[in-house]
Amino acid sequence: MSSIKMRAKLDGGVTTVKALISHPMDTGLVKDKKTDKLIPAHFIQEVTVTHKGTTVMTAEWGGAVSKNPYLSFRFKGGSAGDTLKLSWVDNQGKSDSSEGQIK
Amino acid sequence: MKNTALSGEANVMNMKRRTFLRGTVAAGAVGVAAGTGLLTPRMVLAAWPKAAFDAKTVDAAVSALLGSSSLTGSDQIQIKAPDIAENGAVVPVSVTTDISGVESISLLVEKNAAPLTSNFKLGKGTEGYVSTRIKMGKTSSVIAVVKADGKLYSHGKEVKVTIGGCGG
Repeated sequence: MSSIKMRAKLDGGVTTVKALISHPMDTGLVKDKKTDKLIPAHFIQEVTVTHKGTTVMTAEWGGAVSKNPYLSFRFKGGSAGDTLKLSWVDNQGKSDSSEGQIK
Repeated sequence: MKNTALSGEANVMNMKRRTFLRGTVAAGAVGVAAGTGLLTPRMVLAAWPKAAFDAKTVDAAVSALLGSSSLTGSDQIQIKAPDIAENGAVVPVSVTTDISGVESISLLVEKNAAPLTSNFKLGKGTEGYVSTRIKMGKTSSVIAVVKADGKLYSHGKEVKVTIGGCGG
């Protein structure tokens, strides 16, 4: 299953994008209660949203973004049915991407 | 909440806030872990501003990220965040700005070990608005820095973090 849930809604020429990503967002400063070892840092570093090949949002994140991060923003120039692509890369090199249509 | 007992010890331990936030661990367990030595990502994005995210003060983070730390206070930036956050691990924050030509919006928490939480680079048609959720170690000012036409504007909002009801 994709780690990304994204919705984009057009209203009066402005597209509102809302996205949820499931990710632990570990800071690397927390100890595992059972093993007494630090949970290694594991957080998303960059989220990119593109619309028709143009980047509308690049988010650079540190470990201080909450677990299962939420992101919302608005942009102009979208129309209904356009495809939006969201992709993320984390500090362990993992990544995922997902596409959705503007409604 | 299970972390109620943490408050006293956590203060003594100079607030290793990640521990605190998660509430999954005994307070103080983290010790000296705040150093960057532990963060050894296998792959570091060339573009990811590591120095800015590692910076320990707001000024240093802003300088490292945006090249200058001279901030102009602006009332054209609105920060929507709770006055009191019950859970510091999830603090919803929205920033809206009317300033034209916004290039980026950065969100910082003054009293976090590493103040910079996130930086949003906006595309040309993207409006001056972002909304996300961030972690806060303790009661602090949440600062939004907006870069527009090469200038930096900022606005702050105090958010009280209570964490399991041990007072803020």
